[in-house]
Amino acid sequence: MKALKVLILVLFAAVLIYAAGDLPYRGDPDNLMHAERSITNTQVKGSYFIQNAYRDARTPNMVTVVLGDYRSIDTFGEQVVIYTAGLIALLVLRRTRTIRRRLEE
Amino acid sequence: MRRQFDSPIVLLGARLLSPYIMVFGWYVIFHGHYSPGGGFQGGALLAASILLMRVAGGRRVSRLQIREFATTPLAIIGVFIYFATGLTAMAMGGYFLDYEMLPLPGLDPPSLRYYGILIIEVGIGLAVMAILIMIFDNMVKGEDYA
Amino acid sequence: MIWELELVICIFLALSAIVALEVKDLLVAVVMMTVFSFLMALLFVAMGAIDVGFTEAVIGAGVTGILFVVVVFQTSRKSND
Repeated sequence: MKALKVLILVLFAAVLIYAAGDLPYRGDPDNLMHAERSITNTQVKGSYFIQNAYRDARTPNMVTVVLGDYRSIDTFGEQVVIYTAGLIALLVLRRTRTIRRRLEE
Repeated sequence: MRRQFDSPIVLLGARLLSPYIMVFGWYVIFHGHYSPGGGFQGGALLAASILLMRVAGGRRVSRLQIREFATTPLAIIGVFIYFATGLTAMAMGGYFLDYEMLPLPGLDPPSLRYYGILIIEVGIGLAVMAILIMIFDNMVKGEDYA
Repeated sequence: MIWELELVICIFLALSAIVALEVKDLLVAVVMMTVFSFLMALLFVAMGAIDVGFTEAVIGAGVTGILFVVVVFQTSRKSND
């Protein structure tokens, strides 16, 4: 059983490494995602963000502008998800007084 | 951790380290416009400083920093800051979360976007800090950790 | 970045993951998982994703470690019934 586990892990790692060999090089300027026009000749959103982020919000950190301004509704949904996770933890893990008394009886 | 340790060295180290982590958390939130960082990372740092005191000093010491019943209102305030910013921009005639319509006098639109991003980052930081502390408090309920 | 440094970080990443899977003591597994998170953050920074690396270092190596330690001490290895 142990040999089977090791074999499955090694095979999975081999598949992942083989798949990673086909990825584009890091920071290559000829990548499709770094081009200004996509394959269907529409404007790529990332190039607009890079060119206009400082002019729109006067903020040097581009990531903050994308997270807080261009994609702010996405960030709002993320915060609601975190808030809901906290409320679920509150509801599931809280030990109320009545339950403890019922357990003691 | 289950047995009661009264180690003054651990408590002293945690008390020495906790305020600096908290100051660094506020720095990460407010300096997120110029350096890597932002609301989520800063809020997690603030929560880490308070969780360090809760683990090291027990409930009796760490209640002096922030009480247990105060975490849920802080989370609600954090989410409400974000939502109220969007609603104020909408009430002023723009879209939801359109910072150009915020009623701050004497600023051009790029500066308004700058301050709008700053306001929502503070909201995110408060909510993340309160929720991480809330999860920890509900996990250790009923035992006095030291 | 220098590829030798990334190779060393990758080797330590695999070692810490194997130790965290195979060790018997759960506290050692938690510590190894935080080591894994921190090395992962170093790799993210080496690839140029500084924000992702920062988040990984704070959440994975800081808060998650504390929460896992609490969970380990709240539960027991053998069931009571």
